[in-house]
Amino acid sequence: MSQPTAICPNCGAQIRFRWSSAIQTTCEYCKSILVRHDVNLVKVGQVADLPPDISPIQIGTEGVYRDTAFQVIGRIIYSHDVGAWNEWHLMFSNGSSGWLSDAQAEYAVSFISAPDSPLPGPADVYRGWEFVQQGVHLAVTALTEASYEGVEGELPFQYWDKVKCQFADLRSNDGRFATIDYTEAPPLLFLGEFVEFESLRMVNLKEFEGWTS
Amino acid sequence: MNPGVRKIVPKPKALNCPNCGSAIELRAMGAATTVVCSYCSSTLDAANPQLVILQKWQSQMTVQPLIPLGSRGNLFGAVWEAIGFQQRGITVDGTDYFWREYVLFNPFKGFRYLSEYENHWSFVTPLPSIPVPGVNNYNRPTMTLDGVVYNHFQSAQATTSFVIGEFPWQVRVGEVVGTADYVLPPRMLSAETTVNEVNWSRGEYVEGAAIWAAFQLPNAAPAANGVYSSQPAPVENRPGRPWKLFLIFAALLMGMMIFFSARARQETVLDQTYTYQPVGAGEKSFVTPPFELRGDSANLQVDVTGAELQNEWAFISMALINEQTGEAFDFGRQISFYSGTDGGESWTEDNRSDSATLPSIPGGRYYLRIEPESESNYVKPTPIKYNVKLVRDVPFYLRYFVGLLLLLVPLVFMGRKGANFEALRWTESDYGVPPAAAVWKSDNSSGDDDDE
Repeated sequence: MSQPTAICPNCGAQIRFRWSSAIQTTCEYCKSILVRHDVNLVKVGQVADLPPDISPIQIGTEGVYRDTAFQVIGRIIYSHDVGAWNEWHLMFSNGSSGWLSDAQAEYAVSFISAPDSPLPGPADVYRGWEFVQQGVHLAVTALTEASYEGVEGELPFQYWDKVKCQFADLRSNDGRFATIDYTEAPPLLFLGEFVEFESLRMVNLKEFEGWTS
Repeated sequence: MNPGVRKIVPKPKALNCPNCGSAIELRAMGAATTVVCSYCSSTLDAANPQLVILQKWQSQMTVQPLIPLGSRGNLFGAVWEAIGFQQRGITVDGTDYFWREYVLFNPFKGFRYLSEYENHWSFVTPLPSIPVPGVNNYNRPTMTLDGVVYNHFQSAQATTSFVIGEFPWQVRVGEVVGTADYVLPPRMLSAETTVNEVNWSRGEYVEGAAIWAAFQLPNAAPAANGVYSSQPAPVENRPGRPWKLFLIFAALLMGMMIFFSARARQETVLDQTYTYQPVGAGEKSFVTPPFELRGDSANLQVDVTGAELQNEWAFISMALINEQTGEAFDFGRQISFYSGTDGGESWTEDNRSDSATLPSIPGGRYYLRIEPESESNYVKPTPIKYNVKLVRDVPFYLRYFVGLLLLLVPLVFMGRKGANFEALRWTESDYGVPPAAAVWKSDNSSGDDDDE
C-alpha cells in the first residue's frame, strides 16, 4: 500500500500516513497535533508526554478481527474521575476503520453505526436506558464524563479542541457492546462486541519486563 | 513512533510516599489509578507521576492481607500478581459483615479479583455481558446468563473500610456501592451499582488450599467457617447426588438379578400329580421316588397346585429327606378354592396354587415325603387331585427388592443432610431460608444442626 507522506510544519520531520482517510495525526518527534487539509498539515496544538502506558497495544500492533487483518494506527487516551482507558484506531485490510477500546484490559471492537432510532440527548440518557440497534438489545451500563489525556497517531476526527466529553456505554446479554459519543451533535453511535485478547492474534505488542504473554 | 522498535515496559519503579516518605512500588505499570501507601495508608493518585495524595487518613484499623501484595500465583490458566487489597462490609440487621478483596493483575489479561469471606474464596472475573432478569418458581428474582439461571441471594450497600495497594479505579475508604448477588454454586453473579454505572462479574468458588498452592503461601490455608453463598455442597450432600447413587446401586442390583437369573439352572426334578382319597382308612402319607439335586448348594422351589379344587381346601405337609444323611426339611403348603353368590353377586377366593422356596439345599439324592390332609377327610367323598413340582436352582427375586429398600435408608439421611447444608447456605441471604423453604423448613425445624 502506498503511504502518503508529508512534512511536519513544526519540526520538519517526515510524517507518514498509514491510512489514507486520516484527518489528524501526531508528530512522533515534536508531539505536534497535525490536522490535514488536503495534503498540507497544519499544527493545531501539542500534546504533553503521554501518561504511563497502560496497554500491551501500541501504534503499529497488528492483528486479526473476524478474519480481517488490522493495524493499530492511532490512539485516544481518555481519563475520567475514577480511571482511564484507550481507544485504539484500527485500519483494516479492506480499507474500513474501527476502534479497539481497552479499558483495564477489557477489550471491545466497535464500528461507527447509523442509529436505527433517534438517540437520547446527553441530559436524557440514564443508566438502564434500553435501545435496539441492528437487532441487538442493549442497555446503558455506564455514563462517563471523560477528558482527553492525549492523542497519538492517525485519527479520523479532529480531536484537538475537545476537552470534556460525555459517553454512554451500552451492553447486551450476549457480549455485544455500544457507545454513544456525545462529543458531536447529533451524537455518534459505535456498535461492536467484547473480544478476548488472545482472539485478536496481535503481534508487535509491547513487552512487559518480568511478564510473558 | 517507529513500529519496528521493540518497546519494553520496565519493571515497577520506586517512588516515595509524599506523606511519610516510605518507598512505594507501582506494580501495574500505570494500569492502576490509585495506590495506597502500605505504611501510612495514604491514598495516592497512581496515574500522576508525582503521586498526589487523594486521601490522607483512613481508619486506624489495619487489616493484613493473607496474600502479600506483590506475590504471583497461577490461577485459572494465567499468572496473576496481587497488587491491591480492600476490606468491604455490609450491615444487616445491625450486624456488620466484612469481606476482603484482592486485585489481581496481568498486563495482557487485565484485572481479576479474589474475594475472601470467613476463609471462603472466590475468583472473580468482570463480565462483558449483562444478565437477563427474571423470577423463579419461589417468586424470588433471578438472573440468567448464557442460559444458566442464578438465584438472588442478597442485596446490600457495601462500604470500603480499608484499602492498600493499587486499584484500577480510584477507590477510597468510605466508598459505597450497591451490591446484588445471585448464586448457582459454585458460581455467583454479582452486580455493583452506582448512580451512573453497573458492573457485573462472575465469581467461582475456590478452596483455600488451591489459593495457598497457587500463591505458595506459608503453612496451610485456614479452615473455612460456615457455608458460603456459592460454596458447592459436599459431594454426598449435593441435591440429587444421593438419588444418582441410588440409581447406580439399583442398576447394579438389577444387573446382578439378571446375571444370576440367567445362570440359574431351573431344573425340574419332580413334576407329579397325585390323588388324595379323603375317605377311607389307611396311611395317608407316602414317599416319592428318589431324585438327584445337582450342584453344591442351591435353592429348591416347591409348587403345589390343585387345579380342580371346588369349595374345599387341602394342606400338603411335606418333608424333603436326604437319602444318604437322613436330614429332613419339613414344610407345608395350603391350597384352596371357594366360590359362591352373595346377594346376587358372585365371588371367588382362588388360592389353588402355592409355592415355597427352600434356600441352600446341599446337592445329593433326596426323596419327598408327602402327607395331605383336608376337611373333606370326614365329609367329602370325592378325591382331591393335586400336583407337586420341584424345581432346583430358581432365580430368587425377593432379595433384590429387600436390597432396594435398604438402599433407600441412607437416601433419607443424606437428603436431610443436604437440606441442612442448603439451609445453612441461605441463612445469611435476604430470605433466611432456601428457595424451596416450604419443603425444607419443616425438615430443619428440629434445628439441631442450625448453629449459625
